Amino acid sequence: MSENSERRVISVIVVNEASVLSRITDLFSGRGYNITSLTVAPIPDSKYSRLTIVTSGSVRVIEQITKQLHKLIPVLRVYEHADMVEKEMALIKFPITESLSDINTLCEAYNGKIVNVGDNVIIAMVTDEPNRVENFLKAIKRYSPKEIVRSGAVALER
Amino acid sequence: MQISGAQMVIEALIAEGVDTVFGYPGGAIMNVYDEIYKQDGFKHILNRHEQASIHAAEGYSKASGKVGVAMITSGPGFTNAVTGLADAYMDSIPMVVISGQVPMSLIGTDAFQEIDAVGISRSCTKHNYLVTDAKDLARVLKEAFYIASTGRPGPVHVDIPKDVTAQIAEFNYDIEIELETYKPNVKGNPRQIKKAMEAISVAKRPLFYLGGGIINANAAYEVRDLVHTTGIPAVETFMARGVLSYDDELLIGMLGMHGSYSSNMAMSETDLVIALGARFDDRVTGKLSEFAKNAGVIHVDIDPASISKLVNADYPIVGDVKNVVNEMLTHCDKLNSSRYEPWRETVNNFAELHPLTFHEDTERLKPQWVIKRVGELLGDDANISTDVGQHQMWTGQFYPFSRPRQFISSGGLGTMGFGFPAALGVKAASPEKTSINFTGDGSILMNCQELMTAVEKKLPVINIILNNNFLGMVRQWQTLFYDKRHSETDLSVQPDFVKLAEAFGGIGYRVHTKEEFDIALKDAVEKNVVAFIEVIVHRMENVMPMVPSGGSLFNMMLLEKKGTK
Repeated sequence: MSENSERRVISVIVVNEASVLSRITDLFSGRGYNITSLTVAPIPDSKYSRLTIVTSGSVRVIEQITKQLHKLIPVLRVYEHADMVEKEMALIKFPITESLSDINTLCEAYNGKIVNVGDNVIIAMVTDEPNRVENFLKAIKRYSPKEIVRSGAVALER
Repeated sequence: MQISGAQMVIEALIAEGVDTVFGYPGGAIMNVYDEIYKQDGFKHILNRHEQASIHAAEGYSKASGKVGVAMITSGPGFTNAVTGLADAYMDSIPMVVISGQVPMSLIGTDAFQEIDAVGISRSCTKHNYLVTDAKDLARVLKEAFYIASTGRPGPVHVDIPKDVTAQIAEFNYDIEIELETYKPNVKGNPRQIKKAMEAISVAKRPLFYLGGGIINANAAYEVRDLVHTTGIPAVETFMARGVLSYDDELLIGMLGMHGSYSSNMAMSETDLVIALGARFDDRVTGKLSEFAKNAGVIHVDIDPASISKLVNADYPIVGDVKNVVNEMLTHCDKLNSSRYEPWRETVNNFAELHPLTFHEDTERLKPQWVIKRVGELLGDDANISTDVGQHQMWTGQFYPFSRPRQFISSGGLGTMGFGFPAALGVKAASPEKTSINFTGDGSILMNCQELMTAVEKKLPVINIILNNNFLGMVRQWQTLFYDKRHSETDLSVQPDFVKLAEAFGGIGYRVHTKEEFDIALKDAVEKNVVAFIEVIVHRMENVMPMVPSGGSLFNMMLLEKKGTK
């Protein structure tokens, strides 16, 4: 599996019905494929949902993943993205004692802002490419983040 | 019409042309069994264990080509059936398995005999359904039969809660199937087929690699046509036995771990593999990096995921093998069969160098002799099932199969206990043929309760127990690879198989000699009741040749020359 393992983003269009998500995740665990992240939401005005799966594997493994996904009965389409726009969101909670303006400036550099200021905490949001979100999370370490939530990636073919 | 969910099940099965259902009743499926009691559209065969019901339905399906149907209850009824589902999934057998479930109101409460059946069957079925409303039943059952029997076939599991089988709703089975997400590609790409045929025409040493998909696709006679027209030699997988007749001059033999020397050498020397409905299983290929190392690969399969999964295909053709082979036949006029004459000679030389054979023994019968002998006496008149182990491989090697669907065995999953119930299903599907089950002293005990089914339903299966007092195949590996430490494989403590058969109302024979065997087999065929023929065979006989697990096909352990022991 480890031979030339590459990160890949796959979108799967599925019929929005009971247990369809477990069909997908069972396939990954049963065949020993990785899931780095997975997002799912209904496609507006249709009976379908769209999953975005970030995975990794050799070319052969990725080919098998797409073929095996396609074999599942409720799967309509599988896209293995090459040229895409990919975004991920992160929410971060900081103590109120940290510098509001520093955090806000940093967030703006990563396509985000402060979205909530409470009595004890600040909540900030960024939306960017997953590797940029990664960088952002490194950069904010010094502001003692209390909690971090990442959404997992979503992608659209260009 | 307004009917109950249970009645819908009956109506759907009859509409699908089902004539035999295998099963076992229980609490959650009782409404359906109540309707089975009232109908006479199909026959119900009561097995004595749910696993056997599934295997029987598999045997029925494999012998008849129809969708096998089994019915079971919730909880333990279902979990007992799981091995059968997994077996059918691995061997791509079209099946519809209907299970009862606890009422909807109790699902998730750890109710009596509740288990998340669709959660369990998801990974061992082609598809599954939990029906939550009787108005969906017609659609679900129609889809189930359609999905099971099209594309790469497989088992479909339908789980129906008890209150849904009691619910009254509108039923109309005369509906169109609308499955936007499931459209198997049955016609191969014509350009790709043409390219493949061009590759064949310039190859020097092409080789047909025939798989069980040919039998599933009912394409054996088309494949025979293609093999004969091209004059290209062929090897068969274990699952493809009977695609070509045993006496076909172009059939080299079975390949793989226990394939013949000539088949494995042909595969190692070929310059173009023409894989038809085969999936490059590890038991066939041995070490992948050495498999058909210098060959191009044409791979025809209905399942795109089987293509380039293990061995890269230079000419991938997704489609129904029957359609593709028919299309290939239209391109044969440019081929010159004499081109492959030197190659055919090479292959024949391999066969002469190390023919598939065995050494007779003066003290005890050899299991291979028994299998060959049944072939001589019954040949085409018998359908052959097997259990799993040494006897299974010897059957694959030595029985003279002459037609598709003659041989029924658990190939992918390797399920001990498969043979006897499967043979019952075979007999139910094909009563005019003798149904033989070759089995071992290990395997037969894993579903011997089916003696009762066989007696009750008058399904006179003849079980030939090749008794070596060992769990033979595991013993063989222990002898060869574990320094003869025969851990827990000595089965010397045994029931009296003759009395066991008799206790159920069957007939038993114990034979030691060739003469006794002939008499017993003849008698069993005439008596027409379920039989155990226990044959005392050589204890330490090994299945040879053998490619050790993970080794290359051309590195075979061969039968020792006579007198060297």
